[in-house]
Amino acid sequence: MKILVCISNVPDTTTKITFTDNNTQFNTNGVQFILNPYDEIALARAIELTEGNNGTVTVINVGEISTEPTIRKGLAIGATDAVRINALAHDAWFVAYQIAQYIKANPFDLILTGRESIDYNGSKVAGMIAELLDIPSVSIIKKLDIDGNNATVEREIEGGKEVLTVPLPFVAGTAEGVAEVKIPNMRGIMSARTKPLNIIEAVPVKTLSDVISYETPAPRGQVTLVPADDVAKLVSLLHEEARVI
Amino acid sequence: MSVLVYTENADGKFKKSTFEIVSYARAIANQLSTKLTAISIGNVSAAELAALGKYGAEKVLNVSNDKLKNFINQAYASIIAEAAKKEGADIVILSNSFSGRGLAPRLGVKLEAGVADGAVALLDLTESKFRIKKTAFSGKAFAIVELTSANKVISLTPNAYKVVETNSTASVEDFTAENKATDFAAIIKDIVRATDKVSLPDADIVVSGGRGLKGPENWGMIEELADLLGAALACSKPVSDAGWRPHSEHVGQTGIAISPNLYIAIGISGAIQHLAGVSSSKVIVVINKDAEAPFFKVADYGIVGDAFDVVPKLISAIKQFKASA
Repeated sequence: MKILVCISNVPDTTTKITFTDNNTQFNTNGVQFILNPYDEIALARAIELTEGNNGTVTVINVGEISTEPTIRKGLAIGATDAVRINALAHDAWFVAYQIAQYIKANPFDLILTGRESIDYNGSKVAGMIAELLDIPSVSIIKKLDIDGNNATVEREIEGGKEVLTVPLPFVAGTAEGVAEVKIPNMRGIMSARTKPLNIIEAVPVKTLSDVISYETPAPRGQVTLVPADDVAKLVSLLHEEARVI
Repeated sequence: MSVLVYTENADGKFKKSTFEIVSYARAIANQLSTKLTAISIGNVSAAELAALGKYGAEKVLNVSNDKLKNFINQAYASIIAEAAKKEGADIVILSNSFSGRGLAPRLGVKLEAGVADGAVALLDLTESKFRIKKTAFSGKAFAIVELTSANKVISLTPNAYKVVETNSTASVEDFTAENKATDFAAIIKDIVRATDKVSLPDADIVVSGGRGLKGPENWGMIEELADLLGAALACSKPVSDAGWRPHSEHVGQTGIAISPNLYIAIGISGAIQHLAGVSSSKVIVVINKDAEAPFFKVADYGIVGDAFDVVPKLISAIKQFKASA
């Protein structure tokens, strides 16, 4: 079983998001970058699925050299080897196209991504890779089990869940519930330094979208505090002033 | 040139979010002075389909056969892409729902279209550019994305656009498209959906509990409050991590991002990761015994008090309000 896990290098969840150059660039000054939390879930499940059966887990990232600490983190957690496609991740289409080209030359039984990256929140890479390879995809899964050449997955739907069987190979975006994330141990951290990290160059592809600028949400006004012994006041404010009930 | 909107159904019924998306697509078609066609896949009644006219669809394409009764993203994407080509639609609009997130990327590839996911506003067509505002950094910011491709796919964040009714009517036509056998490789075994509960991503009102509630046994009053308000339930990350509530209720940066009209946070301090997922709520109410809780800084209304004292009082105040309304 060969599993490919697509990973993103994203700002830490505690980051206060600010912009520079007239709101056209994300301000990376002082920002700690991490392995996308949803991708950690994908990686943890991939490692579980290959344990004890001679399976391998490859992590792949589209990024410049600055993403290598995050790729090494993936190796420390337990991936067998890693690939970095050496280019700035322009958008989901660019990333998916690069990864799909890699998979065409190096087939995998299963391709996992996180349900979304916590920076652009697109949930697009999984579906785009699958469409480029003409194989099934399932977005936002909560459970993943493999039995021979088929997988059983649970997909999140509004107000519930859907259970599907999907033949390998396919692409899925993982969410909480699929696996508990793994903390790298000292042996993992040491071995991550010597595990193979192959760097390949990106292939040219037409650009379909560009980020032009950013905005931060408008600040809210001062909070209106209601005394704890006058809760009825809150209800009337929500009804008459805010008009939400 | 025209706009095609995909109208998602649940068990053959359209939801409020479907009317939102048609209203939004209508407004975009108006911005571009073009026509709006809707496409529905599954077993939806003729009356239900015709009602889409009320929200601005001029024509409704109805794809109805048992094989397509339930959502399979490969099969649905093939049909929608085919319809876009036949209709000459260069813009496809859909919801950024769980299913929409499976469809939009496939449509993007099939139509060689740039995809703007999680849109929150109409188009900015200044200087003949095609720009759109979308959520980014899990609700901590917005990005203005320019689609430079000829075809374009837009997915709308639930609750980001209001339903607008018009006086128009829609014609309904049957539509068929070829599906490859491989479009049906994924097979649905079971669908479990709570029909009596409001689903979290498209809820108007959300009642959310945090660690301040001390344990899962104390959720009774939270559920009662939510039922009274017709609200969906949510929780903070520590609560779902501890197994007090299911992961599907976790809102925040690594959970679900929501934008209801009213978000009531009870016993949640307001860590930056939590605020990210709820900051686009229109009105935020915070109930917390710690007056210094960071959540009060981003709240519209607040009560400093113990949840175990305030929530029962709030329940009876709402009951009284409802009785007098």
